[in-house]
Amino acid sequence: MTDQLDRMVAAAKAGRISRREFVGRTTALGVSAALASALFTKAAHAQPKKGGLIRMGMQGGESTNSLDPALAASPVPFAINMSWGEMLVDVGATGELQMRLAEEVSANADATEWQFKIRQGVEFHNGKTVTAEDVVATLRRHTDEKSQSGALGIVQGITEMSASGDMVTLKLASGNADLPFLMADYHLVIQPNGGVDNPTEGVGAGPYKVVVHEPGIRHGFEKFANYWDPDLGHADQTEILVINDGTARTSAVQSGQVHMINRVDPKIAELLTRAPGVQVKNVPSRGHYVFIMHCDKAPFDNNDLRMALKLSINRQEMVDKILNGLGSIGNDFPINAAYPLFDDSIPQREYDPAAAAEHYKKSGHDGSPIILRVAQGAFPGAVEAAQLFQQSAMAAGIPLEIKREPDDGYWSNVWNVEPFCASYWGGRPVQDQMYSTAYLSSSDWNDTRFKNARFDELLLAARAELNGDTRKANYAEMANILRDEGGLILPMFNDFVEAVRDEIQGWEADPVQEMMNGRAHARCWLA
Amino acid sequence: MHPVLTLVVQRIALGLLLLFAVSAVIFLGVAALPGDTAQAILGQSATPQALANLRAEMGLDQPALTRYFNWLGGILTGDLGTSLSNRTDIATAIGQRLGNTLFLAAWAAVISVPLAILLGLVAARYNGRWPDKLISGVTLSTISLPEFVVGYLVLYFLAVKWQLFPSVAMVFPGMGIMERLNAVILPVIVLVLVVLAHMMRMTRAAILNVMQSAYIETAELKGLSPMRVIWRHAFPNAVAPVVNVVMLNLAYLVVGVVVVEVVFVYPGMGQYLVDHVAKRDLPVVQAVGLIFAAVYIGLNIMADVISILANPRLRHPK
Repeated sequence: MTDQLDRMVAAAKAGRISRREFVGRTTALGVSAALASALFTKAAHAQPKKGGLIRMGMQGGESTNSLDPALAASPVPFAINMSWGEMLVDVGATGELQMRLAEEVSANADATEWQFKIRQGVEFHNGKTVTAEDVVATLRRHTDEKSQSGALGIVQGITEMSASGDMVTLKLASGNADLPFLMADYHLVIQPNGGVDNPTEGVGAGPYKVVVHEPGIRHGFEKFANYWDPDLGHADQTEILVINDGTARTSAVQSGQVHMINRVDPKIAELLTRAPGVQVKNVPSRGHYVFIMHCDKAPFDNNDLRMALKLSINRQEMVDKILNGLGSIGNDFPINAAYPLFDDSIPQREYDPAAAAEHYKKSGHDGSPIILRVAQGAFPGAVEAAQLFQQSAMAAGIPLEIKREPDDGYWSNVWNVEPFCASYWGGRPVQDQMYSTAYLSSSDWNDTRFKNARFDELLLAARAELNGDTRKANYAEMANILRDEGGLILPMFNDFVEAVRDEIQGWEADPVQEMMNGRAHARCWLA
Repeated sequence: MHPVLTLVVQRIALGLLLLFAVSAVIFLGVAALPGDTAQAILGQSATPQALANLRAEMGLDQPALTRYFNWLGGILTGDLGTSLSNRTDIATAIGQRLGNTLFLAAWAAVISVPLAILLGLVAARYNGRWPDKLISGVTLSTISLPEFVVGYLVLYFLAVKWQLFPSVAMVFPGMGIMERLNAVILPVIVLVLVVLAHMMRMTRAAILNVMQSAYIETAELKGLSPMRVIWRHAFPNAVAPVVNVVMLNLAYLVVGVVVVEVVFVYPGMGQYLVDHVAKRDLPVVQAVGLIFAAVYIGLNIMADVISILANPRLRHPK
């Protein structure tokens, strides 16, 4: 037993297994759960080594990127924000709220007024102390439509914000129990005086100072000496190299020029595991690939036809062939077990050509081919996925016609315009945000034109509800409504697939965002 | 005025006129691009308000003709404008990228041009014998492979398998010259392999063509060695077509290497252009397009001028 335990501890040290896996396996060896958890903490976090230079090779950076945190919209700017920036709170790997610049969060009974107590003595990189005023100025800048902030939708509901002493008070138009989670959005980096004077200054309160900013090429950082949290930022220096070409990225990690890379192509993940010195990590995520139908346009305004299409997609086949097994099957609502308050008792929808054919017949569709628009850039493997869908629908007697669109302009000309197309969604920190972004009747991005009064009512009720059980029940009912009546066909949730070199220690699975929520370089250390 | 000088001035004037025409074509082409600029910049996660704000701010409501002349006026005064997507000065950003591109192109040229001409001379000297066949065989096979395949092969063997050179050819300001050379060695190898055959074959063909002439026979009858005949008597008369091909390849090294840049993550002009096309950053696309056109036209003028100067009939008119 000790042999096995030693091996497990070594694996935990090397970051090869997650806490959940470690506890599960060691308790099977007869170790108590509490001891196992403590052992893991000791093994995984015992002595992070300080110093050195950690390099990340990342896809998703352009020479057009700016240091203004409000404008970040792709993986590299996201990771840059997470390097020099710090938000009020973070969302942890298990969906729990972690206090960062805020020390305490409290709400009134109907969740319309929130108070954040700001951590004392935290410094910005320019030596200025972080104050409640800076927090308010930051949020105010993002509320201003001129800032073009990606977080505008999040902060819009705040009607009044004020600072007094070390307290920030936010008043909302309507109650929102998830507000603290929304403050973890990666755009809402707290800047001195809100970054109003110079939004692209790159001065924040995060673990690393910006030293080099060459958009589309590389971004260099140096440890901020007065950083407040000793558990973050182990390397003296970190660098993000922008490597958009998949093969170039894999070669860079294989040859040791970078320590970790994001977005390993699922097709080569299996091959890369055999490369010496490199480990492939796949982490279940909240991101998903979808086919979306407009519920208000013929022929998709008929629920039987929508149901027929949902039943005629072979989800397991999609996961196996499109994601090469690096993902999990979806259930036609955008929430999976990675979200807090997920109800796992909702029955899984299966591929059932017979039932699909029945619904198709009932819908009275005239038999003309249904046009599905797709582009290679809709999601990796989108065209192949559409072809699989076409085949499996054919077996149910439903004719699909695939219309290929150019990648260029897909998000402005096809998505949210055409009635049936392929798309993807990244995860959101909480269920409310996912549902409010795309499924609320009044949402701008309601890309399925799904309008359901009962659904809206449940969503708004859950938002202001502080009781977890009631919220969970609300979310479960909403999931069922969307699953059975919505215009969303959700065949699969994709994993984050990343590759990490052996000399990197402290790697943990984090389903919130890719690369350990954008902080792999700050949370890991060099052996 | 000397007739050669007139000819040269004419060429240059024509080139400038052409550049002006190209600027209009570039502007029209960019203006005709489909898709919405604001949406392209902000991506799928853009809110409608943010979109509306951005459109208004970029002044896309002005008529195209006004925008064209404003742009042209700016260029003539050295002001390339400001990038729409990250608000940096385009001239500064391009300056660095262009420097990188020229650095890579220069090293590739320094190695490939003399090598190609030498190999061409050798191939002509041993026409039809094994050195000729070997040189032609090898260079023709490297030019026949697409450059990204050559790139990946070189990457696989020299960077991943034997780990001789870095796979990421990233250069940045403040890097020492040796460090820089070490970084670009793989892309230089690829570019040399890609451009070698064209120049080598042209040198060989041009010399073989000249070798049929009567004065070559005279030189041979004087008892000169074959290499000397080629170098002193044949090559100077074969310069014009060779220079044309060399310039064409130099132009390719500057404007056509985006695939190689992507494979080796080299921060050159090609990648810069592609990023900005994707973001509909029109001022940058226009500026880069114009620079590429200028390089192309400039090198072609240079080829013309050298051909004119190399032609004794033009140099010494009756």
